[in-house]
Amino acid sequence: MSLSRDVPLGTGLRYRGKGGQLSFVLHRIGGLGMAIFVTMHIVASFFGGEIGGFLNDIYENWFFQIFVFFSALFHAINGLRITLLDLWPRLWEHQQEAVWLQWAVFIPIFGIAVYAILSSAFGG
Amino acid sequence: MATKPRTLPLTRRGLNFEMFMWLFTRLSALAMYALILFAVIGALIMGARNQMSFADILRWGFMPNPSHVQSTEVPALEPWATPFWAITASLLLLLAVAHGVHGLVVITDDYITSNRGRLIVRWLSIALTISMSLMGLYLLWQDFLFPAG
Repeated sequence: MSLSRDVPLGTGLRYRGKGGQLSFVLHRIGGLGMAIFVTMHIVASFFGGEIGGFLNDIYENWFFQIFVFFSALFHAINGLRITLLDLWPRLWEHQQEAVWLQWAVFIPIFGIAVYAILSSAFGG
Repeated sequence: MATKPRTLPLTRRGLNFEMFMWLFTRLSALAMYALILFAVIGALIMGARNQMSFADILRWGFMPNPSHVQSTEVPALEPWATPFWAITASLLLLLAVAHGVHGLVVITDDYITSNRGRLIVRWLSIALTISMSLMGLYLLWQDFLFPAG
């Protein structure tokens, strides 16, 4: 019962699905980012020692912090949009507006967080 | 002109494992928003608004474990290190692991389409769920289980 729908990643990225498609791709990247971070964090805390220190150095890096915050915030806001629209399916008619609203919530919060991470990383 | 509905009525759809996990993904997301908000409100009640930065409150919110507030200005750690918060953190951990591992399986299913590959992914996902849950629970409960260490 193997399904024959394996679309290469490149084709998937070129699919023109407007804002919803971008959200879909970023939702996956964000989910993967959080899975990687949470796994690293649990392993680092559990084993401690040199392994823990090595992993700690990776995720305390400012670039990784921005990536993880992007992952958590985008995944949370996009997930809330999907959940709300799925609970009231008639709202899917307005999904394009929902995507715009989602970016309007995301951009200011993410901007402030990036400013805070960078200013503490570079002694602002 | 009456168009034929494209979806089956709820009563005839049945509930298989994939359908259950589709629902679980959404309900666990709502539960995690609630638990994080709950932990943030708890932190504010326990005095965080005077002693902690917003980033520290968020660290506590995402996983209400006392090790996340140890390095802050909180004078007494006792109210933070209770079984009540360990239970809250355990709920958040187990929901997050189940939600996250299922998400990883959904992603790999888009690229791994052979029956054998998908079976391997499922065994790996079960191993990941169990190991992450046990390691996380140990970290959350170690102070209660082994008070001396």
